[in-house]
Amino acid sequence: MPTTLVTVIYIFSAVLFILSLSGLSAQQSARRGNLLGIVGMIVAVLATAATAYGTLGVATLATVAVLIGGVIGAMLAMRVAMTAMPQLVAILHSFVGLAAVLVGVAGAINPGAVRAGEARIHEIEVFIGVFVGAITFTGSVFAFGKLQEILPSRPLLLPARHWLNLIALLACIYLGVLFVGVAELPPLMPLLVMTGIAGLIGIHMVVAIGGADMPVVVSMLNSYSGWAASAAGFMLDNDLLIVTGALVGSSGAILSYIMCRAMNRSFISVIAGGFGTAGGALPAAGTKPAGEVRSVTAVETARLLRDAKRVIVVPGYGMAVASAQYMLWEVGQFLQERGIELRFAIHPVAGRLPGHMNVLLAEARVPYDIVEEMEDVNPDFPDSDVVLVMGANDIVNPGALEDVASPIYGMPVLEVWKAQTCIVMKRSMASGYAGVDNPLFYKSNTLMLFGDAKKMVEEVLTALRQGAAVAAPA
Amino acid sequence: MKVAIPREVHPGERRVAATPSTVRKLKKLGYEVFIEAGAGAGASFSDERYAHDGAEIITDVRQLWDQADLVLKVLPPQFNPALGVHEADLLREGKTLISFIWPAKNKELLERMAARKVTALAMDQVPRISRAQKIDALSTMANIAGYRAVIEAASFYGRFFTGQMTAAGRVAPARVFVIGAGVAGLAAIGAARGLGAVVRAFDTRSVVKDQVKSMGAEFVEVDMKEEGEGHGGYAKEMSESYHKAEVAMLTNQCREVDIIITTALIPNRPAPVLITEDMVKLLKKGSVIVDLAAEGGGNCELTEPGEVVERHGVTIVGFVDMPSRLAPTASMLYGGNLAALLADLGGAESFHVDLNDEVVRGALVLHNGTLMWPPPRKEPAAASTVASAAAVAAPSAESLAALAARKKRWAQAWTAVGGVLAAVAFIMLGLSAPPSFLGHLTVFILAIVIGWQVVWNVTPALHTPLMSVTNAISGIIVIGGLLQMRGPLTSPAVILGAVAILVAMINVVGGFTVTQRMLRMFQR
Repeated sequence: MPTTLVTVIYIFSAVLFILSLSGLSAQQSARRGNLLGIVGMIVAVLATAATAYGTLGVATLATVAVLIGGVIGAMLAMRVAMTAMPQLVAILHSFVGLAAVLVGVAGAINPGAVRAGEARIHEIEVFIGVFVGAITFTGSVFAFGKLQEILPSRPLLLPARHWLNLIALLACIYLGVLFVGVAELPPLMPLLVMTGIAGLIGIHMVVAIGGADMPVVVSMLNSYSGWAASAAGFMLDNDLLIVTGALVGSSGAILSYIMCRAMNRSFISVIAGGFGTAGGALPAAGTKPAGEVRSVTAVETARLLRDAKRVIVVPGYGMAVASAQYMLWEVGQFLQERGIELRFAIHPVAGRLPGHMNVLLAEARVPYDIVEEMEDVNPDFPDSDVVLVMGANDIVNPGALEDVASPIYGMPVLEVWKAQTCIVMKRSMASGYAGVDNPLFYKSNTLMLFGDAKKMVEEVLTALRQGAAVAAPA
Repeated sequence: MKVAIPREVHPGERRVAATPSTVRKLKKLGYEVFIEAGAGAGASFSDERYAHDGAEIITDVRQLWDQADLVLKVLPPQFNPALGVHEADLLREGKTLISFIWPAKNKELLERMAARKVTALAMDQVPRISRAQKIDALSTMANIAGYRAVIEAASFYGRFFTGQMTAAGRVAPARVFVIGAGVAGLAAIGAARGLGAVVRAFDTRSVVKDQVKSMGAEFVEVDMKEEGEGHGGYAKEMSESYHKAEVAMLTNQCREVDIIITTALIPNRPAPVLITEDMVKLLKKGSVIVDLAAEGGGNCELTEPGEVVERHGVTIVGFVDMPSRLAPTASMLYGGNLAALLADLGGAESFHVDLNDEVVRGALVLHNGTLMWPPPRKEPAAASTVASAAAVAAPSAESLAALAARKKRWAQAWTAVGGVLAAVAFIMLGLSAPPSFLGHLTVFILAIVIGWQVVWNVTPALHTPLMSVTNAISGIIVIGGLLQMRGPLTSPAVILGAVAILVAMINVVGGFTVTQRMLRMFQR
């Protein structure tokens, strides 16, 4: 196939990828968007395969690799539980990173037909591509480990960690000079050593970040995987890789930005790691908010829900951990059948992945038009009779608005305390990831329902049904 | 500890200090509960229900008082005509009484009780702070009175409250005017709105405007600025010129409304007269005034406390026993207030009158016969803490602003530096980079811009599918692997390329599949 034709096909693919992303602007067009992406990918791969001049053996090897990879990918994707989406996304990022490293190293070994006078810039491209790829790879693997709870989610803070990062970075630049500086075929050793160091940077970066910041990390790695693909495109003189990588890179960057804004933190402070330690000591444990904690039983919760007219549910990571979304929606349907207005309120950083809660609710078949974003739902809390907070903590902390001393001061939160009654379903009084005590629990209109989210929802549902059967107002 | 609940002896009083549910709460706190036979009859609670919930029924009133460590009542102790003895004298020396006491106007009662060396806590003296809300019996009663005022008004008013469009003709909704938007006023607004009336309300404290609006009433303002918030959240008395403007406003309202509910009462003062006889004359015939301040003489000039009178064609309701007219609810909630206070006092096990507890100290009138009322005014201290808190807050807010400004300046400086550096980098690139690289750079930067534009349109609900689909398309690096597979089958580049293809394909297929799975779930 002539290269000019391949280029045209690449343009076609690139447009399909752009349309694919723009399809995600609304639920109605999202599936079509995904299909366009698939078509773009198939066309691009077939066109590329047609230009390869390998032997039959090489072609077979490539085909086998495609098939094995495809089967593994399909199996992973079919089996994964929706609650485990963050882990899956993280591990998929690592594959892109790994592929970028491999492609880069292969490019260094076998530079192919590099135009005269462009050897140096080619080497720089290889070096940068491998660098970004290695960070993405190890960072994603460790992010996966944290999300899968193989590794502790607490930030691991090495002493002088910023200096360590700086030294590693300088070492990489020095190795880069060694790699590029040689006139003839570049030496592999500096490249491989740099790959190792970059891998360590990736690990160090992720282990230093706390669990609550995982949405930022995952979207940041998403961004890196794009930049890695772009760098490979520069190296291979391939515009499709460049375009696609840039699309993915900016998408991840936007998500990181949105997440940071939702937590009122700067990107740098998240990446630098260690929530709440930046300003010195953690908030003093002695300053407990005034007021008392009142707990409530599942039966009383059911009664409050039954007597309400407007109910808003705020799901958090606790719901995901307990996989309580199905049971929760059964409660929701019960209420809806009785003419109670029910909605769900989603905070941008609820869960461990941007949009995680939406996916879980969609899995339980909650219609997406009653699932609302923070800005839309916040004005409605004062008119709500009952707000059910399920396994969420920092995202409903009034301290973020009222307490200048709070480490999360300034973070936009769901203003659940403005409702008539706020029921907080929680395992214990422990503080959230931010390690901040939550004055919400001490408010006079807050009731605490202690217990495992799923078990509690189940009890509430049972109580609701029994109440309906007896139909005797207390 | 033994708790006694006598029947209220005041004629017409139907409330009782404990309902069966209160008894359960008291038992939980560890008290033994004794109740006079028939005490709950006025509030429709039978002796059997009390017995069922664990109270012992006592017929002999003297015995009941005699064995009690703690007596719970609604109204202040008074002369018991059946026994011919004052209730204060029935209480054993050194024991405790909790009820409404109104110490300011019951000096004689205080002396009588002091002589008995008793401890007395007045539910009407509980400080109105947020911690004490659950004990605040005045709010409880005010809430009930406000509700009942509307019901009384509706029963004396000859028309619908709600507007209706019927086949036989149109009925306009009643216009209700509520004066004073305290607990009672707000409750009245809520009840009147619930019946379908058009409600407006007035209060000298402009802070309650939002509360009035939140209840669904229109807030009527006097055409003049003066703040009426006094001590403890009550209204204070206002200046002369303010009164003139207020009279003008009220006169205007009287021309328009059908129902007036007045709730303006300043503690320990006669109620201010707001509705004069001239204003009553302006009201339509058949209108109703319910005066919740009747106990203090009434907000209406023509109110006769305890009576319903008709003047100039207007019914003026001056009942002073509104809560008693909703005895079951009033008793139930009052019992809740008492149980909360007893819980604060430590329950039966560790019953203890803590003089350092602000709530207990406020309610305490007599302590083992010593007069404790009025409690030391905490005003100066409170004011100074407020002031110092403000002083602390003010500079910190200031420094925050300064900090933000400094941050902003830094951000601007960094942006400028970054811009200059980027410009220099681009110029250097333009001078030194090979043309093919610049071609790719063009594509790269334009693609970033497109990506930036497109992704901002993605709805936040689809951020997870966005990640998985970008994940899948970043697997495009598979074509990099394909392009690298040059040379003999066993050469390192070919093997590395094959591995790259394999892992990238996991991404491609996995990413698209899981996206499809997720998107299928999103349904309306």
